[in-house]
Amino acid sequence: MKVLMFGWEFPPHISGGLGTACYGLTKGLVNNSTEVLFVMPSATGDEDQSAVRIIDASDIEVSERCSNVREFLEKVQFIRIGSNMIPYVDPREFTQMMTHLQEGQIEEFRLGIGKKFKFSGKYGTNLMEEVARYALVGAEIAMRYDFDIIHAHDWLTYLAGIAAKRVSGKPLVVHMHATEFDRSGQNINTEVYDIERIGMREADMVIAVSHLTRNIVINKYGINPEKVVTVHNAVDFQSFESVKVDRGVPDKIVTFLGRITYQKGPEYFIEAAAKVLKNYPGARFVMAGNGDLFNRCIRHVAKLKIADRFHFTGFLRGAEVKEMFAYSDVYVMPSVSEPFGISPLEAMRSNVPVIISKQSGVAEVLKHAIKVDFWDIDAMADAMYALLSYPALSAMAVRNGLDEVNSLKWDAAAYSVKEIYSRVLNNKKI
Amino acid sequence: MDKTICLYFQVHQPHRLRLYRFFDIGRNSYYYDDFANRTILKRVAERCYLPANRLIHDLITKYKGDFKVTFSITGSVIEQFEKFAPEVIQSFNDLAKTGCVEFLAETYSHSLASLISEDEFREQVLLHSEKINTLFGIKPRVFRNTELIYSDRIGSVVADMGYEAMLTEGAKHVLGWKSPNYLYTNAINPKLKLLLKNFNLSDDIAFRFSNQNWSNWPVTAEKYTGWLTKALEKDDIVNLFMDYETFGEHQSVSTGIFDFLKHLPGEVLKTNKCVFDTPSGICAKHQPVAPLHVPFPISWADEERDTSAWLGNELQNEAFDKLYSAEKKVKESGDETLLADFRKLQQSDHFYYMCTKFFSDGAVHKYFNPYETPYEAFINYMNVVSDFLLRCNRATVREGSGTVIAAEKAPAKKRAVKKVKTV
Repeated sequence: MKVLMFGWEFPPHISGGLGTACYGLTKGLVNNSTEVLFVMPSATGDEDQSAVRIIDASDIEVSERCSNVREFLEKVQFIRIGSNMIPYVDPREFTQMMTHLQEGQIEEFRLGIGKKFKFSGKYGTNLMEEVARYALVGAEIAMRYDFDIIHAHDWLTYLAGIAAKRVSGKPLVVHMHATEFDRSGQNINTEVYDIERIGMREADMVIAVSHLTRNIVINKYGINPEKVVTVHNAVDFQSFESVKVDRGVPDKIVTFLGRITYQKGPEYFIEAAAKVLKNYPGARFVMAGNGDLFNRCIRHVAKLKIADRFHFTGFLRGAEVKEMFAYSDVYVMPSVSEPFGISPLEAMRSNVPVIISKQSGVAEVLKHAIKVDFWDIDAMADAMYALLSYPALSAMAVRNGLDEVNSLKWDAAAYSVKEIYSRVLNNKKI
Repeated sequence: MDKTICLYFQVHQPHRLRLYRFFDIGRNSYYYDDFANRTILKRVAERCYLPANRLIHDLITKYKGDFKVTFSITGSVIEQFEKFAPEVIQSFNDLAKTGCVEFLAETYSHSLASLISEDEFREQVLLHSEKINTLFGIKPRVFRNTELIYSDRIGSVVADMGYEAMLTEGAKHVLGWKSPNYLYTNAINPKLKLLLKNFNLSDDIAFRFSNQNWSNWPVTAEKYTGWLTKALEKDDIVNLFMDYETFGEHQSVSTGIFDFLKHLPGEVLKTNKCVFDTPSGICAKHQPVAPLHVPFPISWADEERDTSAWLGNELQNEAFDKLYSAEKKVKESGDETLLADFRKLQQSDHFYYMCTKFFSDGAVHKYFNPYETPYEAFINYMNVVSDFLLRCNRATVREGSGTVIAAEKAPAKKRAVKKVKTV
């Protein structure tokens, strides 16, 4: 079986968990004797190609092989999710505008022929444009390469996936690593939401990384539950080496590590810390990461007068993350909404007991973690206190946690994904 | 010689703990969830204790002394009856008056004291037997330990306390080829007779009765009597030991469990081959066949039939050790409320909630468990124990007014306080 996979990032150039997950999954698929062609917007050449063949979308010329532009555009016309949602226009005006838009599109497409588009592969201001261009290139790639099934990761690649499906007629599987609701709470970007929904509607099968995500997909996007399947993420700790650090302070350290954004629930962590400090003055708290709530969190800590015990590190990179775990006695992930959440697993792998919110996908697979509701500051504080005060508890959580994490293998997750491919392909034949 | 069937029911409800956060430590020393305890007790009284007692009373009257049953009622549940449902005690009292009911002795607070402290064990057994005597006017002569926990050593202590017999599990790994359907004796002191639970026939009622996937479903009194007589073809006794809550609570009334109980005595007595009796009656009638060697404690729980449901992981061991570390201080303090809390915290249920086995094996565990995970159970329990230990230390310091004792105790307090905060 050969899979054409659309991703946005791939190790070592990653800014989130998506790249890591794609890497793990592709490796697992290869171990399950499935071939993967991995397309990404901007490859630099130093990606680990041991398992997959990387196609750099920036290298693809949109060729003239597709002679009939109109026909092509009919197939992939939705690519331009233009801003045709303009209020207060009468129908005639609207038609005019639409024709204009379509003509412009054809024009633009002609211009695009024979050209390469240099993707940045980042998450910048031109993101929407890049997403659309990526789709164009996706269609082109679908014509050039031979494969059985298309697999697209997250909304950024959905349009490319759909384009590839329309052009090739091969089935499409989309993978939901995070929904717009996870990223933005209730104030969603409707453009992104639309792309996600179109992607999932067009897809023959939707893979969600947790039951939590599956429920959002079904309830908030109105996707047919029958075609939404949960495949939990896994972790790859093959190359993991635990680091030894020399602690500057003897105090026990409780850590928050992640983007400091609404979604990650940093303020619940701060509130709980203040409660713990009242009864356990010897503890120290660290908030590692950066994000739009960074300044607000600092103010919050100052206001609670715990700044002498509460430390901010700013953004941490690979090795520093490992060191941070080595420093930690307790790791807390108080996420308000977390489709999966890989960092508690990294903490457990570093022998750190973890507290995770029940509103995270990873809570569905972990038994040896303490689970609390993100809003239940009392319970969170209680769990922190217990892990600091009762050595038997943390010892047990660490020992069993390590076994548990080591049993979450990408090969198993990839096997489920492969099963899904087979199901989709069989359905297609019938 | 007559073949005998012994029906014994365990009556117990724990004092469930309230959600006890660490900020309560040292500030609020009330540990119990009165609302949950009352609601559950009232519910079980209504669904099980009262109707089942009524039914058994009717059966005893109907069969004029040919139907006999045995109860063991823990001090924990008696205290809750007194507080929330005194009518249940009255109804047990009515049963006691028929003369066809035997009450067993056990540890007052359904504790695991036999595994760690002989003194505490003896005190609790004495306390319980006095309580039963005051309530029902019967001095228990036969003993059952919490969760049917038994070992040679525990048996010899029980014999030493003057009991003539003890109940325990007919654990396969102990019996080997031997049948549970005979009377055995303790390996150290042969004066103590042992009645062993026939777990197949007991669990047919207690666990499998309503299981529609079971090939023998539905179980009728007639069918079940067939199994009983078959088991008694060669053997002497069948011991059916189970939770009383089986009737109406674990097996709801809609499963027909009450009808089953109602018709069972009639079916059994109709055969003219076997009779019902209580443990004391059995000891008077039957001869023990052999001593039974049980070097390590057994119990009636789970597949393993050992003590791992309560003391099987480090959480449970830590909580257990921490609690009993206070025993000496509690007793020295002479503080009654402290002692009462000490007893309530010993209930085996608290340790059961911390069992990690339920991840793999455990509809049964889940059913009895108010906590979502063993970790939560441990956290809550340890917070309570931390407060309890603080109180113990305070009490002993207050007691020790003499200069020498005060000098000895002062650092002890300091250390204990530190333990709570930094360990």
